[in-house]
Parts: sequence; structure tokens; C-alpha cells
Amino acid sequence: MALRHLLCGVMAVGFGFAAVSTPASAQTSGSTLSAVKSKGRLDCGVSQGLPGFSNSDSAGNFTGIDVDLCRGVAAAVFGDPSKVRFRTLSAKERFEALKSGEIDVLSRNSTWTMTRDTQLGIIFAGVNYYDGQGLMVPASLGVSTAAELDGARICTNTGTTTELNVTDYFRSHGMSFELIAFEKTDEVGAAYEAGRCDVYTTDRSGLAAERLKFADPEGHVVLPEIISKEPLGPAVRQGDEQWLNVVKWTHYAMLNAEELGISSENVDQIRDEQAGLVSQGQGNQEIQRLLGLGDDFGAVLGLPKDWAYQVIKQVGNYGEVYEANVGPDTPLKLARGANALWTNGGLQYGMPVR
Amino acid sequence: MTASAETPSSGSSRSSGSLLYDPKVRSIFFQVALILAVLLFFGWIVLNTMANLRARNISSGFDFLGNTPGFQTVTTLGTYLMDVSGRAITYLDVLKVGLINTLLVAVLGIVTATILGFVIGVFRLSNNAVLYGFSTVYVELLRNTPLLLQIFFWYFAALRAPWVPDARGKVSFFWDNFHFNITGLYGPYPLPQTGFGATLWALVIGLILTFVMRWWAKKRQDATGKQFPIFWGAVGLILGLPLLVFLLTGAPLRWEAANFVQEGPVLRRGFQKGEGMLIIPELIALWLALSLYTAAFIAEIVRAGILAVNKGQTEAAHALGISQSKNLRLVVIPQALRVIIPPLTSQYLNITKNSSLAVAIAYPDFFSQVQISLNQTGRAIELIVIAMLVYLTFSLITSAIMNYVNSRMKLVER
Amino acid sequence: MTSSPHAPQSVAYVRTEDAPILPPPANTTGLYGWARRNFLDSMTDFSDVGSSVRSVLMILLTAFLLWFGISQIWGLIKFVFIDGIWSNPTGARREACLTQAQGGLLPNDQTVGACWPYVAANAKLFIYGRYPMAELWRPNLVFLLLALGLVWTLWSRMPYRKIGAALMLVVFPMVAFVLLTGADLSAPKAFWYVWPLATAILLGLGWAGGKGMGGEAVKAFSGAFWGLGLFFAYILVFALAATMNWGLNSVTTRDWGGLLVTLVVALTGITASLPLGILLALGRRSTLPAVKILSVAFIEFWRGVPLITVLFMSSVMLPLFLPPGTSFNDLLRALIGVTLFASAYMAEVVRGGLQAIPKGQTEGAQSLGLSFWETTRLIVLPQALTLVIPGIVNTFIGLFKDTTLVSIIGMFDLLGQVSSTFADSSWATPVTRPTGYLVVAAIFFVFCFLMSRYSMSMEKKLRRGHAR
Repeated sequence: MALRHLLCGVMAVGFGFAAVSTPASAQTSGSTLSAVKSKGRLDCGVSQGLPGFSNSDSAGNFTGIDVDLCRGVAAAVFGDPSKVRFRTLSAKERFEALKSGEIDVLSRNSTWTMTRDTQLGIIFAGVNYYDGQGLMVPASLGVSTAAELDGARICTNTGTTTELNVTDYFRSHGMSFELIAFEKTDEVGAAYEAGRCDVYTTDRSGLAAERLKFADPEGHVVLPEIISKEPLGPAVRQGDEQWLNVVKWTHYAMLNAEELGISSENVDQIRDEQAGLVSQGQGNQEIQRLLGLGDDFGAVLGLPKDWAYQVIKQVGNYGEVYEANVGPDTPLKLARGANALWTNGGLQYGMPVR
Repeated sequence: MTASAETPSSGSSRSSGSLLYDPKVRSIFFQVALILAVLLFFGWIVLNTMANLRARNISSGFDFLGNTPGFQTVTTLGTYLMDVSGRAITYLDVLKVGLINTLLVAVLGIVTATILGFVIGVFRLSNNAVLYGFSTVYVELLRNTPLLLQIFFWYFAALRAPWVPDARGKVSFFWDNFHFNITGLYGPYPLPQTGFGATLWALVIGLILTFVMRWWAKKRQDATGKQFPIFWGAVGLILGLPLLVFLLTGAPLRWEAANFVQEGPVLRRGFQKGEGMLIIPELIALWLALSLYTAAFIAEIVRAGILAVNKGQTEAAHALGISQSKNLRLVVIPQALRVIIPPLTSQYLNITKNSSLAVAIAYPDFFSQVQISLNQTGRAIELIVIAMLVYLTFSLITSAIMNYVNSRMKLVER
Repeated sequence: MTSSPHAPQSVAYVRTEDAPILPPPANTTGLYGWARRNFLDSMTDFSDVGSSVRSVLMILLTAFLLWFGISQIWGLIKFVFIDGIWSNPTGARREACLTQAQGGLLPNDQTVGACWPYVAANAKLFIYGRYPMAELWRPNLVFLLLALGLVWTLWSRMPYRKIGAALMLVVFPMVAFVLLTGADLSAPKAFWYVWPLATAILLGLGWAGGKGMGGEAVKAFSGAFWGLGLFFAYILVFALAATMNWGLNSVTTRDWGGLLVTLVVALTGITASLPLGILLALGRRSTLPAVKILSVAFIEFWRGVPLITVLFMSSVMLPLFLPPGTSFNDLLRALIGVTLFASAYMAEVVRGGLQAIPKGQTEGAQSLGLSFWETTRLIVLPQALTLVIPGIVNTFIGLFKDTTLVSIIGMFDLLGQVSSTFADSSWATPVTRPTGYLVVAAIFFVFCFLMSRYSMSMEKKLRRGHAR
């Protein structure tokens, strides 16, 4: 080790400059929440352009459910959803950016896996979209199930799990196939649309987004089979439970709001109603706790008492966010499916605020 | 350092002060300091890397090469030649497939770029304004735009061309032996039968005999002045002899035609996988882009080479009564080649190195395979080192061959 | 016939007046002559069978190339201008370049060419990437300074070109760095103790050695101390500039993109590789075996591997090479890879220049008592570097085109940025991709073509200068 130190000493001089030019992104070892409060904004890592999840127009305005989650966190912390700075990140750099402290929340359609949760120094705070890998084919082929795909030519991205999942799926079903793996998403789409392959495979939400770019979106169908589990959700750095809770409970607040029928439109009305009842010890206790009318559930998170009210008022409940960004009325036309509330047969389940 | 190297070496009885000015001492001091610095630098890097690997829990080593990858490579020459039936495919096979594919596109590119480059280069010197204008526009346009862009252009131009039928259709040519659609260019694939080895041996013998013939013809010409039709002799030996043997042994080569199916499940229609020869569109685009781009540079090299031959050489040849075609073949081209070959070598190397841009359009060349393996195994250091070593080997082999050719071409100076 | 007595030497066959100046042969002048020189010579020789075949082939070839060339050029003009969509009165997006059958606004029978509204809407993205709107004056100022500096340095009629070159190589990088990033970075505390001290010691030793103080050892190496000291001082000044608060908002390099990144990568690569390349070229010609072998190994290694492997190495392996915990900017990684790669090529270019300097120059300098470094610095390099300007420009053209490869490692240079807009569904049309590629090709063509012309004119001038 002595030799190592000597070497480091010698070379540190030579590389002093390299250290200088790294951006000032000192590891925030203290509380993320207080760091966010003191800089007055939230730094949120999002994807480089996935319609419905995070997408920016040429003026730099971001939209999407990943984006709205960050807005929700900003509303909970500051009472102002605009105090977010979005950083677009590639798949390769996303976790590094979170660990280095460049961003405070990673909300970039990232799949929650055990490796990521345990070995990368990050931790997932929930699932804001239950996704799965799907298969898209041109409608003109007349294919309706994946069982008919024997002999298909498949276009996909290299370097992701989609490549492995589709190979597994076809091999385990004893079907022959030809895999053409591209480096960039837009090349996959262009090659598929030109007819180079019969099948395009990626996450189903991604398929819905890619389909929008085709000259004839209606000419392509997504098959019903889901060939892998892809729970997408926000992640934070390990070792800061307070901040983990802030992100986690922002998401749950949005879910609970939908379950309780509170939306950004009726939240004021409901709050006024309940405010009158709370002094009499009446009314819906769950709503009162969520909207900060009863006991203070904000202080334990380090947030104002009305944190959840601000989230609902300024960003909306989960259902509203879903409908506005990816739901059936948007170009993506994604049905709620697994993302419906548990009360409606889905998987989204807000932990109780009590 | 160089400057003072020739001053007489100082005596050993000098004081330590003037020892500093002793060129030998200084040179040794500088070199030891440099080597020490380089070693320290590498030592530092190695220690850091080891510490980083430990900290990130990244395993290292080459054991992964025997593992079975969870993905499949698109069908190309590499997958044709690699016979992996009867056992599981490993990462090593994946890399080998890539290596074959790189060699394939490099060889194809070198051949076409050379032919095209020479043609365009001669056009550049033509006194025909159309030929001159065309070649000038060609050279300027292709030389001044990035190769990566040209690869994308050809790839999407090939895929989007309206006259290319989709995967269930085909266009046939050459009496229904060759076909193409968007999934590639199909043709018959040669399957050697027993007895085909004799033809190969005949080819080898033909090549050897050609060398012998050349040596004999030159000796005879030196002695008697008579010329021997070497070219036709060589054609007879290299093409004729194997052809004769091939026919005598009963043509032991079966051509497996591409199989086009029109019935059955929709995804089973079209050309059947693994039957006949297939050139995928990614290869066509890469081949086209590499040869067209490099041809522009080769054209300029050829032009400069021909211009470098003094006009007096041609005039002298004419004065000796040497015909125009012989003048070109015996006087101009040998001298021009001397100027052309060194830069041509580096263009051939460039084709090989630039073929790594295949990674952009899903052609499974060596570097794409390295990159896919890297993404799936995370063995960054091992794989990048392998990639660099392979390309370095290509470079060294190419320059060795070209140095040999170059030394054969050199002016024999007295 | 009359014989004159005044011209006793005149004989009948000697002319007394000038021969009339005849017009040139009809087939060498005018339109016909021009056509003959430029076309017909090669295709009207039917004197024997061989020539006839050759002439016929030439006619066919000429006709084919004429047709092919004109149809291609016409196709391009038609795509860009005639069929191109120039107007977008309603401010629509992809609909502006789609026919009604495709869900757009154009009549169904219209052939859709280049989609210029798409380029107009994304022009800012193509040039600056996601650089904040309010700060665009900063890259603009850098572009302006760059253009002025280049004109000053490269145009032979400008005065004080050496000062211009020095400013461009030394001061401009600093100014550009501060303007583009906004500076205000932080450096480790240890740096501020170690670095100024080391600089001061080195410069002090160099100065003392020059004055003859500090004993023989200092004196013998005063040149080396000076050189290293100046290098350290430059880094120190750069670090000071980079860490100072200039009142500019910091702009992360993630927000850079488009032409800005292309220029930053290519210019940094070429500027940083120049000193490295000179050192390597000198090393390759050195008589010291260790220096020579190391230089040759370095040069041949980088020249033997493709740039894309170098970029992957720098983006994947470089972070592993540094002490654990050091974070490393993406752009800086790519810049290091590009610089190492370019320096090997630069070394070969410079070596060509060094070889062209006659040995008499070095010998003359030695006879005047100049040391190796003095000879190199004062006699050899100034001559060699002037000679290799065309070579440097050519290397730069190659590097400039090769910067497109950084798009493969996920950075947004011009090609990467334009490709990224193909993923934008609001502009997804069948003509978006060809239009985008055309814009990239046009920008690269203009830059590279102008640079190659400059290099050719320099070459011509140098050749003339040497011919005496």
C-alpha cells in the first residue's frame, strides 16, 4: 500500500488538472432534502425523449409521467412544481449521474431489478409504471398472437435486456428467428418501418411511443403477449432514508388521492368540506390525514403539513397524470391495465397514510 | 541531445559538475527518467484499475469467453462458416463470427475501392470534360462528408428504395439464379462434394507453375530476347488447369439455390433461412459506403502517382517505338506504383479500421460483436483490449505485406 | 524579279518580308476547338479497329456519365428546391410535410421534397444543442472570436500573425472554456497548495539557472525547468480562470450539442494534439533508443486502432484508470480519446516536416553553439511547422469528419443531434431523415471543402517558395 500511496501522490500532481475540470458535483453526503431546500430546486434525471414518460418540445418544456413525478416531489418540498431542473440522461449514464450527486431523483423509466437495488448504490422508491416487453408487428401480416411468429425477423436495441428476453422467449417456445440488433432506438424504428424486420420488440410503452413516429401508426399492432416484467420507477441514492421517504410518499400520495377520489380539480372543495368537519371529529379520516387537516404527517418527512395537498393541487392524482400523458385519450393510447388501482384489478396500491 | 552526441566523450576524471554536461550521462539520465515516469504512470493506472474493480465488484478475467451468450447473431458469412452444430455457442464463437465478417467486408471493400479508385483517378486526368467533371465532383463530394453519414445514407437509401420488394416478394435476375428483396441479396451457395479437393490442388499447382513459367520466360528473354505470352500462359495455368480437373472429376460442386416459399404461415413465407447464399442489406450498405468513400481518396492517390511520372519518360518510350499500351504497362504504371503504393497501404488499413463503423447499422462485424458482448458481460477491459489487439494485428500484417511489395517495387539503385 | 544592289547578300530564296501571321487552325479555336480539346479528341479516332472500339466505348461512357451526373444533380435540386416544403404559414409541425393521405396538410398529388420547416424549428438544436436560450450569446461570442482569430492567423495578408497564432493557441482556449462552461468550478484544496508551489519552484530554478546561480546542476537543466515551469504556469492560470466566478451561469456540458460539440471536439483535439505531436515527432527522430522506441510504440499503437475503439476505451475504461471516486465529465473523456488519437497522426505529419529540413540547418545551428533544444526551438521547428501547415489542415479535416463517431458513444455532436430529432414524433415524416442528413452533409461539405482549398493554396505557395 505504501507504493500505492507514493504512486498516487506523484500522479495526483499530474492529474490535478483533470480533477479541476470535473464539474463541481461534490458527493452530497448530508441530507438530500436539506441540500435540495438550500439550492432551491430539485435536479431530476429523465430520459432523452420517450413520449408519455419524458419528452421535451423545442422550447424545452418537459411532459410525461416521469416528469410529473419529479414535479410532484418539487410540489411536496417547495409547494411549487416548477422548481425542478430536468437533466436528460442516456441509459448508460443514468445511475452514475445519480450516485455522483448530479441529480437528486432518477425518474427515467428504469426497471427495478435486484442487481440495481443492491449493487449499484441506489434504491428504488416505488413503481410508477408497470411495463413489460411486448412485440409489435405490421397489421398487414395478419398475425394475432406471438405463437405465429415462428421464423420472424426481429429488430431491437443492443445492450439492453430486451435482446436477451426475446432470445429466451423464442428459444423456450422452440421458434426460429433472426435478430437484428441496432445501436440506437431511432434506427430500430426506421429499419422496422422500412420492412427490414417483421417484429419490433421493446417495452410496451416504448412500442406505443415508437408507433407514433410511423407514417401509418394504425398499420401496426402490439401483440397481447408480455414477455418480461419491467416495473419502472424512480430511484434515489442509498443511505438517505428521509429522501427515499419523500419520493416514495409523494408517489403514494398521488395513488391515495386517486383512490379517495381527490383530484386537482376538487381538492380545494374537498379540503374546505373536510376542514369544517375535522373540528367536529367527523368526516373522512383518511382524506383529512392526506390533506394535512388532522395530524401533521409532513413534519416526519421534513415537509410542510400540506405537502400532499400541494402535490394533488398542483400536479394531480396518479390517474390524472396517467390520463394526461399515456392514457387512452393521448396519442399513446395505453389502457390502464396493470397500472389500474388495486381496487380496479390493477397493481397500483398506495400505502395508507396513517 | 542529438546535437551533442558527436562531441568527444569526456574523460572519467571530470568533476561531478561537468559530469552533468557529459552527453552520455545526460542521455542515460533522460532515458532512465522517462522509462521510470512511464512505468510509474502504468503502475498507477493498474493499481487504480484494480482498486476500482474491487470497489465496484466487477469480476475480471477471460473465463467469460467460454460462456453461452443469451443473444443470437444475424445470419452472415461468419455464421455460415462457423459450424457450431452440436454444441452451445460461446462468446468466443461470437467474436470469431465478427472477425470473419470484418475480414469479409474489408476484402470486398478493398477490391471494389481499388478498381473504382483507379478508374476515377484516371478520369481525373482525362481531357474529356465530362469524365473530368464527373470525377472531380465525385471526389470532392465524397471526400468532404463524414463516412458515418454516408453509411447511414446508403443503409436507409437501400431500405427505403421504392423498387426493393418487401420480405415476402422478390426480384430475380441472371436467369432466376439471383434474387433480392429488403432482407438481402440471395444467390446460389456452393457446396463442395467429395473430390472437389482435386480442383483446389490443381489451383495450387497452377499457381506454382505460373511462378516457374515466369522465371523461365524471363531467363529465356534475357538469353535470347524472345518474349513469351506470360499472361495467356498464366490464364491457362490458373484458370484452365483447375477447370479441366474440375470437369474431369465430374464437376463435384453442388449449388444450393435460395429457397423461396409462397405458401404456409405468413412469417414462414419468403426466402428460407440457411438456404442459398445471403448478403444482408447491412453488409451491402457498409460495403458500398466504404468502397465509394475510400475510392475518392484512392483516386487522388492514383492521380498524384501518374502525375509524378515525368513526361519525358513517355516521350522517351515513344522515341524507342514502344506502343501506347506497352508504354502505360511497362513505363508509366511501374513508376507510378512506386508513388502510389505507400499511401494506398494506409487506405487499405483505413478500410479495415473504418469497417468498425458497422456498429452503427447492425452489421455484426468484429467491433459490433465486441460491443454487444461488452454490454452483456460487462468485461470492458478484456474486450476492448482484445479489440485493440485484433485491429493492431490487422495493421501490422497489412503494413508487413505492403512493405514487402514496396521493397520489390523500389528503384534498384546502383 | 529584281535584284537590288543595296542588298548584295540577298538571294532569291531568302524572304525579305515577314511571313503573314496565319490564324490558328480552325479546329483549335472557338467552340469547335474547345469541344475538340475537351471531348472529341478522345472519341473521334476511327483510324483502325482498336481506336474505333476505344472511341465508341468512350462515347458510350461519356453519354452515360453525362446522363447519370445530370440526373443526380437534377434529382437533388428537385428534392431541395422544387419539391422542398418552404412555407409553413399555419405553424404546423409534421403535418406541414405530410400529404392529406398521410394525415398532413399537403394535397395528395404533391411530391414531398425536403422538409425545411423541420430544419427551421430545430435549427437552434442543430447548432447549440440544449444550450440555454438566454445564454446563447456566449457560444455566439466564441464562434465570432474563433472566426476572427482564424482569419487573423490563417490569412497571409494580416499583420502580426504570430501574435494571432499565439493568442489562438494559448488565450482562446481559456476564454472559450470560461464562456462556454461558465467556469466557477471547484478544485481540490491540495491543488492550491501543491501546484503554485511546484510552478514557483520550477520557474525559480529555471531563472536561477539562466542567471548562472544555484550551481552546475541547476544550470545544466535550466531549459527543462523553464519548459516545465511554463507548462505548469499555464495550467495554473487556466485553473484560476476555470475556478473564478465570472458572474456567468454555469452550463453543464450535457446541455451542449450540435455543431458546438463538433467544433469543440475537433478544435480541442487538434490544438491539444499539436504540442503532443511535436514532442512525439521529435522523440521518433531521437538518437536515444528509449525515447525513440516509446515514441514509435505510442504512434503506431494509436494509428493501428480504429477511432471508435479509442472512444469506447475513453468512455468505458478511463474512469477505471483514475483513483476511485474521481468523477469524470463525458465530454472530457471523449476529448482525451480524440487528442491521443490525433496526436499520433499529428506526430507523423510533423515528422514529415522535420525530415524536409536540410541537415545543414541543424549543423549550422550547432556550429553557432546552440543546444539541441535551442536548435529545435529556433531553427528547426519554425521552418518545419510552416511546411506542415497543409498537413495539419488535412489532419484537421479528417478529425473534423471523425467527430461524428462520438454520436456512437451517445454524445450529441452535429450528426448525433440531428439523428436525435428523428426520434421526435412531432416531426416524424418520410422526408425528415433525408432532410436531416442533407443538412449535416451540407454543413460538413462547406467546412471541409473550404479547409481543403485553403490547404491546397498553402501547399502551392510553399512549393513556389521552395523552388526559388
